[in-house]
Amino acid sequence: MAHEHKLAIFRGLLKFKNNVQKIWGVLVFLALVTAVEVALGIIKPASLTGTYVLGMKLLNWIFIILTLVKAYYIAWDFMHLRDEKPSLRRAVVWTGVFLILYLAFILLVEGNYIYDVMHNTFITWNF
Amino acid sequence: MEATANTGTEGKVWGGGNQPLNASYGKMMMWFFILSDALTFSGFLVAYGFSRFKNIDTWPIADEVFTHVPFFHGNYPMYYVAFMTFILIMSSVTMVLAVDAGHKLQKTKVIWYMLLTVIGGLIFVGSQAWEWATFIKGDYGAIETRSGKILQFVDADDHKKRVAIGDIANPMAKEREQHQSKDGIWYMKESPLPSYEVKEVVSGFMENPNVLVRIEDINEKGEKIVLDRAASEAALKSGVEVVEGANLIHNEYGNRLFADFFFFITGFHGFHVFSGVVINIVIFLNVILGTYERRGHYEMVEKVGLYWHFVDLVWVFVFTFFYLV
Repeated sequence: MAHEHKLAIFRGLLKFKNNVQKIWGVLVFLALVTAVEVALGIIKPASLTGTYVLGMKLLNWIFIILTLVKAYYIAWDFMHLRDEKPSLRRAVVWTGVFLILYLAFILLVEGNYIYDVMHNTFITWNF
Repeated sequence: MEATANTGTEGKVWGGGNQPLNASYGKMMMWFFILSDALTFSGFLVAYGFSRFKNIDTWPIADEVFTHVPFFHGNYPMYYVAFMTFILIMSSVTMVLAVDAGHKLQKTKVIWYMLLTVIGGLIFVGSQAWEWATFIKGDYGAIETRSGKILQFVDADDHKKRVAIGDIANPMAKEREQHQSKDGIWYMKESPLPSYEVKEVVSGFMENPNVLVRIEDINEKGEKIVLDRAASEAALKSGVEVVEGANLIHNEYGNRLFADFFFFITGFHGFHVFSGVVINIVIFLNVILGTYERRGHYEMVEKVGLYWHFVDLVWVFVFTFFYLV
């Protein structure tokens, strides 16, 4: 059990006096990020839905990045990976990240391909 | 931890005497489980992505589907899910506080924080049950065509305003009743018939020039396409079934796969929350009984805490990929 807590988040930008304070700080941050996500999801600014980056709407990129930010703070501070040995942290995180990216890449490309095949065919799917 | 056999390696790295990752056996196994469970969930979510990419131009728009808040009427996209997300994050916080109090061996604090965590979990599961019920019950109803496409109805003046099939249908003499076991020896189970028949809805539509048909396809602006009057009437000719609400076979909101994945993914996650609540209650009782007080450490609280946070972590992704993106 890791009894010592690393009390700084945002790469040392924000330091807390004790662990309980850090937990509340992280909660405030996560709530803020969620609020931003929901606000963007309801407003859907045209500037963000109309712009495409790497074939995906900018808004969706923002959602995914904010989600990863949230996931980072949940894993690092709530699941206290920050206080674990780097070897344990890497064994857990890198394995997951690698396999999930791999799976996502393969299936999304395949899904896109099937869409193209169904779309450019002589068969109608709407009869 | 004591070695059961004398191998002469005690205290060395492979003797099991020390912990190279500085984590106990139980905690390591919890991380093993969490990692494999994360891969299961990502498998589901990626499968969802696959089906969505495959039907990218006809996929339902989530904030047109989930627009209800309990006890309130009207159109409130997303608010309730955001509330659920916040509840789950909040119960994650009380869980970390319980773990923190456990490190300091403060039994009363652990008890209270565990209780709050359990309550948060229950609110979340209850909310999810309510979401399911609303989703299954449906909103406006729709017509399903021969090819399984969904035709919905909107107001001709305001395309954002949906029209329920109940508002336009012309009641007629019913052609058939639901088949029930008392009606014959040869009984095959039949699901309840929808409140209206296709011809009732179609005849009502013909008399209502103010209503148009909205199809599944999405235009460049990301909105569902609304047909003009002539095309609407033509489209309705291929209608074969009235759909109200959603189940695993029919889905009034659009593509049926959307409903299938909704039930599957949020159901699987809800089951995790449910089992998390059960495990939390067990630990909660153990804390009250003083089990960990006698053991001298509260590592069990930390281990279930890891699981509970993981459930929260998964929800963050489900929230994004199901409701936002």
